[in-house]
Amino acid sequence: MSSLSATIQDVFNEPGCGKNANKTEAERKKGCTKQLQPGGAAGGCAFDGAKIALQPFTDVAHLVHGPIACEGNSWDNRGAASSGSSIWRTGFTTDMNETDIVFGGEKRLYKAIKEIIEKYDPPAIFVYQTCVPAMIGDDINAVCKAASQKLGKPVIPVNSPGFVGPKNLGNKLAGEALLDHVIGTVEPDYTTPYDINLIGEYNLSGELWQVKPLFDELGIRILSCISGDGKYREVASSHRARAAMMVCSKAMINVARKMEERYGIPFFEGSFYGIQDSSDSLREIARLLIERGAPAELMERTEAVIAREEARAWAAIEPYKPRFNGKKVLLITGGVKSWSVVAALQEAGLELVGTSVKKSTREDKERIKELMGQDAHMIDDMTPREMYKMLKDAKADIMLSGGKSQFVALKAAMPWLDINQERCHAYMGYVGMVKLVEEIDKALFNPMWQQLRTPAPWDNDGDSWQAKAMAQMDAQAAEIAADPVLAETNRRAKRICFCKQVDLGTIEDAIRRHGLASVDAVKQHTNASGGCGACKGRVEDILAAMPIPEPTTMLQAAE
Amino acid sequence: MAIVTTPKKACAVNPLKMSQPIGGAFAFMGLRGAMPLLHGSQGCTSFGLTLFVRHFKEAVPLQTTAMSEVATVLGGYENVEQAILNIYNRTKPEIIGICSTGVTETKGDDVDGFIRLIREKHPQLARVPLVYVSTPDFKDAFQDGWEKTVVRMVEGLVETPAADVVRDPARVNVLPGCHLTPGDLDEIRTIVEDFGLKPSFLPDLAGSLDGHIPDEFTPTTIGGIGVDEIATMGQASWTIAIGAQMQRAAETMQARTGVPFRLFERLCGLLPNDQFMSFLSEISGRPVPLKYRRQRGQLADAMLDAHFHIGGRRLAIGAEPDLLFDLSSMLHEMGAQVAAAVTTTQSPVLERIKIDEVLISDLEDLEERAKARDCDLLITHSHGRQAAARLNIPFYRAGFPMFDRLGAGHLLSVGYRGTRNLIFDIANLVIADREQNHQPTLDSWRTTDAGLQVRPPQLH
Repeated sequence: MSSLSATIQDVFNEPGCGKNANKTEAERKKGCTKQLQPGGAAGGCAFDGAKIALQPFTDVAHLVHGPIACEGNSWDNRGAASSGSSIWRTGFTTDMNETDIVFGGEKRLYKAIKEIIEKYDPPAIFVYQTCVPAMIGDDINAVCKAASQKLGKPVIPVNSPGFVGPKNLGNKLAGEALLDHVIGTVEPDYTTPYDINLIGEYNLSGELWQVKPLFDELGIRILSCISGDGKYREVASSHRARAAMMVCSKAMINVARKMEERYGIPFFEGSFYGIQDSSDSLREIARLLIERGAPAELMERTEAVIAREEARAWAAIEPYKPRFNGKKVLLITGGVKSWSVVAALQEAGLELVGTSVKKSTREDKERIKELMGQDAHMIDDMTPREMYKMLKDAKADIMLSGGKSQFVALKAAMPWLDINQERCHAYMGYVGMVKLVEEIDKALFNPMWQQLRTPAPWDNDGDSWQAKAMAQMDAQAAEIAADPVLAETNRRAKRICFCKQVDLGTIEDAIRRHGLASVDAVKQHTNASGGCGACKGRVEDILAAMPIPEPTTMLQAAE
Repeated sequence: MAIVTTPKKACAVNPLKMSQPIGGAFAFMGLRGAMPLLHGSQGCTSFGLTLFVRHFKEAVPLQTTAMSEVATVLGGYENVEQAILNIYNRTKPEIIGICSTGVTETKGDDVDGFIRLIREKHPQLARVPLVYVSTPDFKDAFQDGWEKTVVRMVEGLVETPAADVVRDPARVNVLPGCHLTPGDLDEIRTIVEDFGLKPSFLPDLAGSLDGHIPDEFTPTTIGGIGVDEIATMGQASWTIAIGAQMQRAAETMQARTGVPFRLFERLCGLLPNDQFMSFLSEISGRPVPLKYRRQRGQLADAMLDAHFHIGGRRLAIGAEPDLLFDLSSMLHEMGAQVAAAVTTTQSPVLERIKIDEVLISDLEDLEERAKARDCDLLITHSHGRQAAARLNIPFYRAGFPMFDRLGAGHLLSVGYRGTRNLIFDIANLVIADREQNHQPTLDSWRTTDAGLQVRPPQLH
């Protein structure tokens, strides 16, 4: 077993991951990610994920070893912000050519490292492996080791070629590179009882800076942010932090957990999206620091800051409440930040459609995460016309999403706000939530929508493409309703599990034939819910809707 | 005559070049109902997709065979088969265009062979054209991917007309290079139609990526030239190729169908458009419409107004060969000096760029030369923004990608009118820069020695 596949297995075994705890050993081995579907896949590769996770280290030179596609098509495409160096935005690549493929690219890689040190002299170089050199057997670990020794600079191999898996696996492999080669290699100049690490925060659109002033005020020092606006020396000495916050994402859970294991740094999973979550996170940081020996008065000061910031934020949001009265938001996003945004939007007086969650209990929180996870998957799987129908049916006034749904929403003259990672506004902390509310208001009440919804003078209402799309959908529905066989076929073809591509009919048949009574049993027979697990709720609903017959009688009945 | 050199450095810094598979996929996007498919790992597609979406601000169809490590080693037949079937079932495409990538070329997947097998196994695909182009990432560049793909389209989709076919004298084929925007294509279409001619554009990005609101939602391209129309391009009376990159496609068209071609290497500038107008007048038998006679006068006047600002400017330009040749020639004709030129790949037009040396290299080299040669106008794609900020000189964004400004699809550089607008835009940039950064002060010309300081001429 090569060391890369060993690392991948190690990542799949991550005990810190809640999902993993419920998996059998065989399932864990298969990995935690959606199987990729040729001709139906979306999203980046493992190399993309690794680069996303590490590139926000601003003073590091990020060198991509591969043909031009990997860096040439993607460099300087992320909205992270830097308060210092800009070398992280410089595109470095070995731009491998045919000769390198035939004779190997290791020499070129070594020379490239040397050139970067001579010309740019960064404190460290991260070298990213890609598919082609991985295939021809370029050993970047060996090259990096040799270069480090000869050139006297940390040269860190990031072994995450695109074809080993999707983006989130790449995030974790990037974390492994930090754990293996960077963290703990340098001692900080000094330490304080108020030193923390932020893990998995990328400072997109400078959003970290919406929160940092509060830390500064409290005297809490971000010893290292991994990786937004981070510096090499900081992450290298991050093992001396007293506590850590895993920000809003499981992307780097392996880093948080292993740092706890190796260096005794306790961590919690928190978020700075939303007012409540921001306050909770500040409290938790204070609590952990006090536990590790910081003076208890830190909590009082934290509470004072929280009270002040909350009051300010609510006061700023208050004027929007009457304007938002009766306005509906369709929120479609995967990921854990959904909940925080939901809570904040509800507080601002907006009604959420597409979810039935009203209160903020823990169970609701879990439920909404699950629902939104499903919706995000469903969106990936939808044709644009279906997506338009969903918007229309939801009777929403504005849609918040990321990804490809934006063009359907906008072309349907539906106000839309970007909440994915390419967005240009920062929405973190108390000020960020106020900013989000402001942006929603601007989008909702823009007078442009009125004009765009007016048909052209030569068109009748029914001629618009929107009307035509709806008519087509209605015609299809009528056709289906008139034909019971077709209706049944369609009903059965409804996709239940998007990861494993299992439809309703398959699940019903399995339940009938084998007398299944639990989600696990359904999973064993059909593979449904064997991917991300977000469709468990739907499988439960199917089970609940079906009588549980004796398997044998049913088989006889079927024959 | 310019010498073309490739610097010997191991590390490309701030790449100008993009890979040829996405150039190939870009060409497929000019076909109606098309789904371009990259045979590689999913990142190959997602990086390209992000680039197109950010450039056009549109939903862009582009799929992947999602090759895993194991599939790559064992060969990608099953992935190609599954991808084609999935696309066929889910999106009902009129054509699927497949481009290989570095990873599948390194393995040596025989995709043409795969397609034969897939066709045998799945007769339901008989009516869906599957066009395959070999486009390894480790060779050539974006423009080459486009060039090869259009050649393959002509080979695979254009029918050889019967010997006794009567050619339609009004019908012309237009083969545009990838340096032209959807807005450029629409401008050329209007000009050609104004001569009473009926153009077929291959590919036609103006139909798919011009930012219109489609009549119907489809997950494939929302417009462009149809496969049926391509099939009959052999019945045209002329082919007009625009940009040297289209020479091979035009030759292939001629060889397959006997349609003669005329190559226009440039359509930006006064004289190139004079030639274009004369040609259209000649093949259509109609005089140049009054509209274009007026536009010519307007362009001439724009050149007069702008030469004060553009004349003497020292231009640093980084672009793919045809765009580089077109823009640098036009600005040279306006009195600018081409002081630094960097491109991505070989082309016969490079030696005619008005400079001593053209580099096939990256934006690091362009920035260094721009600095060393005191350039005061930078033209390249959006990735030049960091260099422009450091050099602090006016920066005109041209080419692909343009992700940090709006309207990339509608920038014009062709025709009298397009050239006129471009000249105004660049001249205005220069004027704004002078107002912001170079206003005279009391001490602008004061020297410690007696008299005025005279700067020696900067001729390269």
